Amino acid sequence: MKRGLIWLPVGVFALLFAVVASGLVRPADRTIHSALVGKPLPTFSLGAILPEKPGVGSAMFRQGKPRLLNVFASWCVPCAAEAPQLDALHDAGVSIDGIAVRDTGEKVRGFLRRWGDPYERIGSDPDSSVQLALGSSGVPESYVIDGQGKIVLQHIGDIRPEDVPSILVALEKAR
Amino acid sequence: MIAEAGLAALWFAAALAALQLVMAAIGIRRDHVEVMAAVRPVAMVQGLLVIGAMAALIGVFMRSDMSVLLVAENSHSDKPMLYKFAGTWGNHEGSMLLWVTILGLAGGAVAIFERRLDERTVIATLGAQAAIALGFYAFLLFSSNPFTRLFPVPADGNGLNPLLQDPGLAFHPPTLYIGYVGISVAFSFAVGALVTRDVGPKFARAMRPWVLGAWIFLTLGITAGSYWAYYELGWGGWWFWDPVENASLMPWLAATALLHSVTVLATRDGLRAWTIMLAVVAFSMSMIGTFLVRSGILTSVHAFAVDPRRGAFILGLLVLYIGGALILFALRIGTVRQGSTFELVSREGALVANNLLLSVVLGIVLIGTLYPLLASAMGVQLSVGPPFFNKAAGPIALVLVAMMAVGPLLRWRRDQASAVLGRMLAPIAATVLALIALLVFGGEIGVLPLAGLSLAAGVAVASIAPLWKRNLVRAPLFTYGMVVAHLGIAVSLAGMASDSAFTKETLVAARVGVPQRVGPWTVTLDGIRPALGANWSGLEAQLTAQRGDTTLILYPQSRFFASPPTNTSESAIATRLDGQLYTVIGQPDSAGRWQLRLWWKPFVTLIWLGGALIALGGFLSLLGRVTRERRTALREATI
Repeated sequence: MKRGLIWLPVGVFALLFAVVASGLVRPADRTIHSALVGKPLPTFSLGAILPEKPGVGSAMFRQGKPRLLNVFASWCVPCAAEAPQLDALHDAGVSIDGIAVRDTGEKVRGFLRRWGDPYERIGSDPDSSVQLALGSSGVPESYVIDGQGKIVLQHIGDIRPEDVPSILVALEKAR
Repeated sequence: MIAEAGLAALWFAAALAALQLVMAAIGIRRDHVEVMAAVRPVAMVQGLLVIGAMAALIGVFMRSDMSVLLVAENSHSDKPMLYKFAGTWGNHEGSMLLWVTILGLAGGAVAIFERRLDERTVIATLGAQAAIALGFYAFLLFSSNPFTRLFPVPADGNGLNPLLQDPGLAFHPPTLYIGYVGISVAFSFAVGALVTRDVGPKFARAMRPWVLGAWIFLTLGITAGSYWAYYELGWGGWWFWDPVENASLMPWLAATALLHSVTVLATRDGLRAWTIMLAVVAFSMSMIGTFLVRSGILTSVHAFAVDPRRGAFILGLLVLYIGGALILFALRIGTVRQGSTFELVSREGALVANNLLLSVVLGIVLIGTLYPLLASAMGVQLSVGPPFFNKAAGPIALVLVAMMAVGPLLRWRRDQASAVLGRMLAPIAATVLALIALLVFGGEIGVLPLAGLSLAAGVAVASIAPLWKRNLVRAPLFTYGMVVAHLGIAVSLAGMASDSAFTKETLVAARVGVPQRVGPWTVTLDGIRPALGANWSGLEAQLTAQRGDTTLILYPQSRFFASPPTNTSESAIATRLDGQLYTVIGQPDSAGRWQLRLWWKPFVTLIWLGGALIALGGFLSLLGRVTRERRTALREATI
């Protein structure tokens, strides 16, 4: 048998070892990266859920100023938990629009009265179709959209106090 | 007290493993007969001690001793006794102890039963076995102690993952582990033979029963695991190419190759280096499998514990053992004499082809399993699933099966291609007939299932062919073993192909009383009622299934377990001669409709029947080989 060939298994194993060891040293990144980041917002137009607030359409996100789009529902507990953070963002001068998923005007009004109202506009998405088009699998989820209607950040789950600075940075960068 | 006794037994066993290694090394180096003579008893006592440690752990689980951390974390006093018992290995530490127990048992068995081989090689083998055991004892004692106490003692435990609360858990892991770890004997034999440069037919004949034994358990374990996933997970599939499933498949592929190459070595004294290599690879695959499962670096439904430190420990052991064995191989194999050679068209040639194809499939599975790791090292996230494995490994597996049909009909050393073709006439005719029948009556079938089904017909005929024109009574038992095992492959292949070709699936939101159709069956949801088990509550649906004059009642369940809080769905499966009706009940919607999944899977049971036949074939072979060896030994003794 050729001498080189004899050492081949050891070489193959060393290679295997390198791959596996790299996996051990760098723990797997289990966060799910949104495929929609960097893509334009899908086209949609949702009617208002409350008579006193206008609905939401994708055209409104192309007016030169970055905005936060928040997908929520009055029946969702984490949405109530993130309300203070949305208020803080609102106080910091962020324009926030909401999409209420599978909800009614009456219940949304009660939710806003109880937890505060940071929204400029709220659209009604009774069958989750826009939510799905946005690639959102649950509520709440928030999107930072630049002035040209492009999604620059998708935040899955409720916004915690520690998430607020990074969202503000993303909004600032999108300017 | 029981826990401390177990821990003490484990420490003593580790000490004996160290002694066994040192004595084997000194005995062989100095050629010291008295020192060598002491190795066997030490191996036996080590085996006994580790069994004692395992028994102690089973004891604390069965008594629900919550002062033991492992019990508190993984058990609950309300659990049925069977799951308290089986739950012993339903967690990281317990399953590693089971692993080491089987390793110790295998070493003890070699010490007791292996009498035919040259004594020096046996002692070197036991030394290698002790070296492996020592590393894994260290792993248990220093980073995965199963006997750690907990204070203050909690009122009750966390409970066992409900998916594991199934009779299958009691048998599936031990069976698979006997297979996994049993292969360690082949590895140790290879290392022992490299140390003493004693590679030849006698060595192959000594190694073969151990390989066969481990392979039988591996086959049974994989078959049982596949059936467990099929009925317990409620997805209707029988193989998911999950990393842990792959981890059990890879040693099986290597062991299957080894089984065939060891036959060439035993019968014709060929393939010496290759057989040694395969023995090293087979157990390496077991250890890599253990590592992949235990380190949690791959996402899998089976991964219990994610702990990079433990991963690093096992990885270190892998480097030591696999790297060590491969370097020993590279250093020593040049000095092993070249064995006999043979023509391309011969039984040996077919076995080499079988080995190469099995190695290619093994390579594909290994690459597919590890590719996500490689990709993530380069910053890309992905998972490799059935589309890759089926497309890459499927066609090669079919070629392999076709090769399997030809192989047993070839003569050793040299054969005529035209004569082979003559012997293959009946199988080829069966394949063509099946193909025509499927094309005419089968409706639309994919290429792979079509090829699989027609090939299965041919292979079934070919696998029985070695018995033609032979005296059925005088044909040796191991020939029957081969016939049955090869027939099992054909049967299993037919089941797989039939499942992917003909399965009908219906997913509906069903109202009570409205009939649904799936394949030839009409299924009606009669009603839903609450159901209660020892540690779960849930809902049970009553389904009436009708086909012609046959009426069946099925009760699929949706269960809720309180500790830990989990929902599971228990499928209800009706097995008929021509297939299985598989039903799963899901959640209700607001309109009072129930999510219902129905499958009609024609001949799907053949998959596991085939698996059982393969294992049975292995058993017949083992029995045949062992009795023949015994008879030869007796004859030699009387001369």
